[in-house]
Amino acid sequence: MTDLATLPPRPGTAGRLRRLLAVPDGAYRGALGAVAALFGILLVVFVVSMVMQARPTFAHFGLSFLTSTKWDPVHVHYGVLVFLVGTLETTAIAMVIAVPIGLGCALALAFGIPQRLRVTLGTAVELLAAVPSVVYGLWGLLVVAPWVRTIIEPALAKITGGHGPFGGSQLGVGLLLAGVILAIMVLPTMVAISRDVLMAVPEVEIEGAFALGATRWQVMRRVVVPSARSGILGATTLATGRALGETIAVTMVIGNTDHLAHSLFGTTQTMASLIANEFTEATEPFHLSSLIAVGVLLLVVAVVVNLAARLLVRSVGRQRAIGIGVL
Amino acid sequence: MTIMAVDPVLARRAEIQRIAQATDHRRELLSKLALLACRACLVIVLIPLVALLAYVVIRGASAWSWAFFSHLPTPAGIPGGGIWNAIVGSFIIDAMAAAGAIPFGIAAGLFLAESSGRIAGVVRLAADVLSGVPSIVVAIFAYAILVSHGIGHFSAIAASFAIGVLMLPVIMRASETAIRGVPGVLSEAGLALGARKATIARRVILPAALPGLITGVLLAVARGAGETAPLLFTAIGSQYFSISPTKPIAAIPLVIYQNGIQAYPDLVKIAWGSALFLVVVILFLSVGSRLVAARLRRVRSD
Repeated sequence: MTDLATLPPRPGTAGRLRRLLAVPDGAYRGALGAVAALFGILLVVFVVSMVMQARPTFAHFGLSFLTSTKWDPVHVHYGVLVFLVGTLETTAIAMVIAVPIGLGCALALAFGIPQRLRVTLGTAVELLAAVPSVVYGLWGLLVVAPWVRTIIEPALAKITGGHGPFGGSQLGVGLLLAGVILAIMVLPTMVAISRDVLMAVPEVEIEGAFALGATRWQVMRRVVVPSARSGILGATTLATGRALGETIAVTMVIGNTDHLAHSLFGTTQTMASLIANEFTEATEPFHLSSLIAVGVLLLVVAVVVNLAARLLVRSVGRQRAIGIGVL
Repeated sequence: MTIMAVDPVLARRAEIQRIAQATDHRRELLSKLALLACRACLVIVLIPLVALLAYVVIRGASAWSWAFFSHLPTPAGIPGGGIWNAIVGSFIIDAMAAAGAIPFGIAAGLFLAESSGRIAGVVRLAADVLSGVPSIVVAIFAYAILVSHGIGHFSAIAASFAIGVLMLPVIMRASETAIRGVPGVLSEAGLALGARKATIARRVILPAALPGLITGVLLAVARGAGETAPLLFTAIGSQYFSISPTKPIAAIPLVIYQNGIQAYPDLVKIAWGSALFLVVVILFLSVGSRLVAARLRRVRSD
């Protein structure tokens, strides 16, 4: 009955260190518990410190902070509605593009191409999810914006007659470009998670459908997709969360103006880009606390969206590593 | 024969075969078209991503030179500026962030893997949600506790804190997955030898989980190194060379952002060069993490 830890230590520092690290089980469990507790404390401090600093704004402006469209540091009036709408608009454009294309791409990656290509292209997509957002922003501003200004926006205006959402001056930067860049950025996430979810569908269900004479497409549409539905919804929600909070790329391509976009081609701001643009210039106390209040709003949205997404994804793949490459 | 012909089962079978044959061609065609559409989606996804990389490589490579890597930035209009201070700055920020996040993250991952109660579930969900919190919000957190209080001005350590908080959930979840993948018989063998839990963790579980741990850490560092938003009002950037943790410091992502939105071709060129450098470093870390993990696994299984 010799405990390994009670053996006489070898001489020298290595022995002493080993002796020191061979702590009793209670202390070991306690230390791990302390780490977990520290993590909890970190999160509590996170939320509390932000709410504390945002309090002046919530106390002073109340609900009008959410409903006012006027953001005017000179006259000390702060309303976030313009940026809330801007965030929702860019995210909506991004998801309208990214969800169908991403789902199609995930289906192709999971079932539509030869086995060897699957691994290569799948890994490529996962690696592209690691490209930093500032690089997407640089590319969007310097390469894609001129294309949008000279080709895409004139073409759209010509086809639709140039009214309503397709009217107004064509600048390149603006709502449309921000949405498109966001779509490109969230696609790898969307694709990688959807693919993992699709591949988690039990093999027997797929084989059963084939045995009944279903074509490949029928198997995908009637068996695989319905079976993976909640996971796909989770992937979509997760990508939505990314799009809502994306900062630097959007800041570079949206044009940064403090009013609602008059059309798809118009410039505006999102909550995240507002913070990025004005935080270091905020000298007036209400300005800073209002920007932090915008951050609190963004935090609340992100937590709600992510809680929903994780619960959906988790309900699919308890045992499997879903989206481990991009999360 | 006539009896067979009116057999309802056979009649039904014949009817089904007739319908199946009639629809077979249509169904196959639809299936082919739908699959083609899916493959087209794959191409649509890959085109912009390949275009992005191509632009970064072509425009970035033309900015690279010895001076680009070894000089300090010059004012707009004066050619010959480099990003030496930003390379060092980014290294310092990310190294400090990793030094904090790695031990903490792996310990928390160990906790998650070894506990199965409600508390572990809450911690796990909290880590997942934290990984979805926008980085600009984490930047405000770092600003609130280290810039407006704490140190009292912009500093490298505030940036490290923000980046470290972003790395933490990635390391935690990857460590948990890696540690859970270690066969239970290994730690049971340790228990049977009378070893304490801490000894088993250090001598058996962590070494066995090493490939997964390395993957997680490298992925987290790659993620952290590319973040720009958390640096905006913590490190804030600098034209000067600095290695002090308590002073404002330059960083590669900030150089890309701040130079990229300028109208001076010299500065834009530096932004492209920096973007290529950053992409190379991050892809190196991401690919490296996979290779290291694969190699370690192969060595183990031999």
